[in-house]
Amino acid sequence: MKEFLEGSRAVAEIIKLCKPGVISAYPITPQTHIVEELAQMVADGELNAQFVNVESEHSAASVVLGAVATGVRAFTATSSQGLFYMGEVLYNISGLRLPLVMTCANRAISAPINIWNDQQDSVSLRDSGWIQLYAENIQEAADLHLLGYRLSEDKSIMLPVMVCMDGFILTHGIETVDIPQQEEVDKFLPGYQPLYKLDPAEPLTMGMLADPDYYLETRFAIQETFKDVLKMLPKINEEFKNHFGRDYKDGLIEEYFTRDAEKVIVAMGSVCGTIKEVVDAQRAKGKKVGLLKIISYRPFPYARVYDALKDVPRVAVLDKAVSPGAYAPLAIEVKAAFFGKKKSPKVVSSFVAGLGGRDITLESVKEIFGKLTQKEITLEFIDLKPELLKEEYGQ
Amino acid sequence: MDSNPLFKPGHTACAGCGQALAARLVIDAAGSNTIVVNNTGCLEVFSSRYPESAWNVPWIHSLFENAAAVASGVEAALIYLGKKDTTNVIAQGGDGGTADIGLQALSGMLERFHDILYVCYDNEAYENTGIQRSGLTPYGANTTTTPPGAKSIGNIWYKKPMPEIANAHGIPYVATASAGFPQDVQRKVKKAISIKGPKYIQIHVPCPLGWRHETELTYQIARLAVETGLYPLIEYENGRLVAARKIQPKPVEEYLKAQGRFKHLLNNPEQIKQIQEIADNNIKKYDLKIQG
Amino acid sequence: MFGPLVIKPSKSKGDKTGSWRVKLKPKFLQKNCIACKMCILICPEGCIQGKEKNTYINNEDYCKGCGLCAQVCPKADIVMIEEGAEGEKK
Repeated sequence: MKEFLEGSRAVAEIIKLCKPGVISAYPITPQTHIVEELAQMVADGELNAQFVNVESEHSAASVVLGAVATGVRAFTATSSQGLFYMGEVLYNISGLRLPLVMTCANRAISAPINIWNDQQDSVSLRDSGWIQLYAENIQEAADLHLLGYRLSEDKSIMLPVMVCMDGFILTHGIETVDIPQQEEVDKFLPGYQPLYKLDPAEPLTMGMLADPDYYLETRFAIQETFKDVLKMLPKINEEFKNHFGRDYKDGLIEEYFTRDAEKVIVAMGSVCGTIKEVVDAQRAKGKKVGLLKIISYRPFPYARVYDALKDVPRVAVLDKAVSPGAYAPLAIEVKAAFFGKKKSPKVVSSFVAGLGGRDITLESVKEIFGKLTQKEITLEFIDLKPELLKEEYGQ
Repeated sequence: MDSNPLFKPGHTACAGCGQALAARLVIDAAGSNTIVVNNTGCLEVFSSRYPESAWNVPWIHSLFENAAAVASGVEAALIYLGKKDTTNVIAQGGDGGTADIGLQALSGMLERFHDILYVCYDNEAYENTGIQRSGLTPYGANTTTTPPGAKSIGNIWYKKPMPEIANAHGIPYVATASAGFPQDVQRKVKKAISIKGPKYIQIHVPCPLGWRHETELTYQIARLAVETGLYPLIEYENGRLVAARKIQPKPVEEYLKAQGRFKHLLNNPEQIKQIQEIADNNIKKYDLKIQG
Repeated sequence: MFGPLVIKPSKSKGDKTGSWRVKLKPKFLQKNCIACKMCILICPEGCIQGKEKNTYINNEDYCKGCGLCAQVCPKADIVMIEEGAEGEKK
């Protein structure tokens, strides 16, 4: 049913339909509305779940870890500092091969403290063993949670999923969203069937110590499973289309006018909506531009990116995160897709924008297309304010 | 031995380990309908080295500081499944994992009134990582991070009053116990399990390696700690002190000289007096002295 | 794909920690035993079993020779002897 909903509310609605048995979270802007909506649903008896108000994000992640280990579907949400605080628990959850869905309401990282959107938080956790899916709009954000549970709990996968939605832009933005019916959700997402769980009827030891003779294989197994995720996402998205009518193609990338493009911007998240507007306007003027949206950042769909961009002469990668001292995190993945291959763009330029919530306007996007010339740009910050920079402290 | 013990032999604890002893007593008393959540530490390491496990009950280890939080999630899941009434949940860890790094998670678990028994195995240092000082290391102890030297007498801080901190959360049951009184450990665990709500039991467990004593003295040294008044065996119910094991107090020196970690104090009557004062204060506070 | 993940206790036999014993091991005299069960209670390995008086014995596959059972026996019916000495288990 289509409703005009705040992003956080849409996520809460879809989570309600997924019927988690345990919800635990710690408040942090801009994730708060999601959890507050869920708390109200539980209080009203609309959602039968144990709602555990914890004393920190570390404990929030630990509570959901314990719940899933006991065989009950669980949910948590966080941002920025909270994501970092629960950081070690996240690696623990993926290492324990426990399925879970978590919303990361993307927000900038301290210091300095900044509550507005960028993607530094989730991108910094890219090695945590979590599947990372990025949403362009609220409909996608909601759908990715449902897809996330289906993917995560698949017996061949059993890896947790982080649904990344840009803080404030998507969490507090209001759009028309189609929230599915419970019956349809139940057909797409059956109850959680654990492969292993804490149960006195069948004692198991979970979270054991693995010495050098045993540890390596655990990481290899996760690496191999991510390859399975690349194959599983298209299948699940096909199923999703059949149930709910929305077609996300392979669920890994979205090719928006890239086939014959001369210039393409690659990006993740809500900025893709802005880029699509510029692409539409420029295409109307006859310019051959396009957008490659990355939905799945982990696993990174190198083969799909190669296939989409191999004939595009000039590619710009727009990062909403940095890897200080190195190439930008999304740009480096895109570049890696072409290494050693027969075809590749002539230029892959890297741009960083939007950090700390600085607005990425239509003008900024046009500027990026404008800067896509023969000269490759190693890394450039868009919309930088030079007056705020001093060579020496105290000038 | 029991044909199907809940805590099996073949684990790699040091010979004479007080914590292994106590852990076995605890799970035996709790029974097979128990899920155990364990912090990182000696107990977790020596009992769950793949592919061997000593645990014949469902058991999970996550991280160092979050046993109480993971257990909260296990408990919430059991409530959701309608199984909490027939399943016990024990969260357990060492003194470091409980009083230091784990204090936040423990406090949250107690405050939210989860139906969980928390057991702290107090061997008074971070023994697993090599005998470093913790918040429960007693005054004067030699640890690798509070070594005695020309400018130090060892650990200059006092034990964090964890039983009182737990009790201040208003929980139904708090108790201290000792490896020197094994039946008492089991009695207290059984009692705790029968009460609904959060419970805290702190068990004093000598560590032959860290405390530097012979393996066969674990039992005696644990008893001496109690008998000197340095480790009172007490029970709080709903905030009130309801029981304290009465003693005929022995001088603390008897306890100190049995262990290498206090060796450096034996020629220091000033320091022994300080420690005697700790014992005397306990005796007074909990009314430990047998009258008559 | 999955690597080492959980341990099924039924599949775990434990290490044969009896091999740790260097100097001493307990000898259960089984003469004056009163079946108080203190030895069973106190063993950190849990490797002592017995029911009636004078039936108590340790499991040498796991016994680490710590000596606690000998210390706690109220009847001194357990003694520590040298590893490799003449006493054999019944």
